[in-house]
Formats: sequence, C-alpha cells, structure tokens
Amino acid sequence: MSDFSLPEDKATRLERCSLFYTDVVPHNHALGLKLVDIGPAEATVELPYADFLVGNPETGVIAGGPVTTLIDAACGTSIFLKLGRFLPIVTLDLRIDYLRPARPGIPLTAVAECYRATRQVAFVRAIVHQGDKDNPVASSQGTFMRTEE
Amino acid sequence: MSDTTPPSLAELVRQVRKTREYSRLTDAIPYTRFMGIGVENLAGEMLCRMTYKPTLIGNSFLQALHGGTLGALLESAAIFELLLQTDTERVPKVISLTVDFLRSGKPQDTFARAIITRQGRRVANVRVEAWQDDRTRPIATAHALFLLAEP
Repeated sequence: MSDFSLPEDKATRLERCSLFYTDVVPHNHALGLKLVDIGPAEATVELPYADFLVGNPETGVIAGGPVTTLIDAACGTSIFLKLGRFLPIVTLDLRIDYLRPARPGIPLTAVAECYRATRQVAFVRAIVHQGDKDNPVASSQGTFMRTEE
Repeated sequence: MSDTTPPSLAELVRQVRKTREYSRLTDAIPYTRFMGIGVENLAGEMLCRMTYKPTLIGNSFLQALHGGTLGALLESAAIFELLLQTDTERVPKVISLTVDFLRSGKPQDTFARAIITRQGRRVANVRVEAWQDDRTRPIATAHALFLLAEP
C-alpha cells in the first residue's frame, strides 16, 4: 500500500479510521473500544462498561488501565485526522489526571484533540466523560512522535 | 460467618500480606485477571508480571504492545506495592499518572517494579519501571500520585 491518505468524505473517513478499533489494533478490539465521531483534528471514542474491566470488585468502578488505553487510542486517531493520513506514530508521554470517580455501569467517552502537529511531534489533549463533557472523569495531555523517515 | 463467603477486599489484602499468595488478590480483581497481570516474588523482590497474549498488541504490523497495556501494568504495580508493602486499609485511588514510553514493547512478558518515593498520611508518590529482557533498559516508566484516605 502506498496511499495512506484519508478520504475527504466524513463517513468514509470515520469508516477508515474505525479499522483501528475493529481490525488493526487487537487490544482496542479486546476492550470493545468504538470510534463514534470524528472532527477535523478530533476523535471521540467510547469504552463500553464491562465486568472484566473492573478494578475494585466491591464498588464496580473500572480500573485505570482501560482508561489509559482509551485515551491513548483516541489521541492517536486525532493525530491521523489532523494530518489527513495514516502514518506511524509512537506515544512519547501521556499524563492523566483523574478528576472524579467513574460511575459503574456507564460507558466512558474520550474526546481527543490534536491541537498542534510539527514535522516530528504531535501534541494532544483529551478528556474522558460519562455523558456530560463539562463534568469530566479525567483530563489528559500527551505527546507523540512521527516515526517515518 | 460461613466459610463460603468470600472475604472483603480489605480482609483478603490482610491475608495475602501474610501468606504471600498474591494470585488470590490478582485473581479477585477482574481487570488484572483479564490482563494477565500478576505479582511474584523473584529473588526476594516483589515484581509485577504481565504475561504476553496476542490481545495485548497495539500495532499488528510491528507486533508492539499497546501503550495502554504498559500504562495498566505500571499503574497496577504501583497499587499492589501500596496494598501489599504498606499497611494502607483502602484501595488507593489514583490522582494522576504520567507515563514515559521509552522503547516499544515486544510480544513477550513484561515486568514492573514500583518504588514508593513518599508516603504521607493522605497522598503517596510512586515511581514505576517496566522492562522485558534487560532491566537496565526499561521500556516504560511512570510516576503516579495516589490518595490513601479521605480527610
């Protein structure tokens, strides 16, 4: 394959980016992550609640690990959208602040925005919410590097 | 109490601190069981191991572990260190987690070791390193803050 450009049409774009959740990335698929919406440099990804994600069996609150995976995945997709094509990237660092406990039984939604991309490095911020963007569960900031020549 | 009732998490933690049957604790937590994250005593040192399986992969072309799985291992190692090596009564709540990804994770088992850099009454600071073949070449490091108790 030589052309990794993303199509102009939003529906096709969403479909193409969704391959990273259904086919290309086994761990995204294992957690049930789903790309639900895209913007020019923004990806919205949903993590459905599931019993196997629980970190505290007494409260049913999900572990931090799936939240990290959710954010990392959404950030990566927002970079592809910002740059308009798929290209190899690696996460350099990721910081997550947990603002309030997640409620059990409700999906988590990450909204990631790549707000700056240089020739080598992309900067992304993300929030995770449970239906109300203004009352997020977590906020996050990450830097990513393009690994192509 | 009838002996068929499973112990509370706090009671289980107290028992495992004594018996060092770590799998009783990691099996009681659905997510660590799903991820294959366990606690082991190796040469007198408590380490976490994430046993490799194909569903941990984040990039099928490069066969690299998903960054999120390394974050999960590092955070779990910090929590188990606090639960098993201190006398905290409650499951620590993560306040913030910062992960540096240093090398790509190969499709094999990954180890992690957490060090508590400061433990106060309410907050603990923990540093964690993860590696695969060579401990002197970590593949990811993290520092995390945890809330230990409500005021």
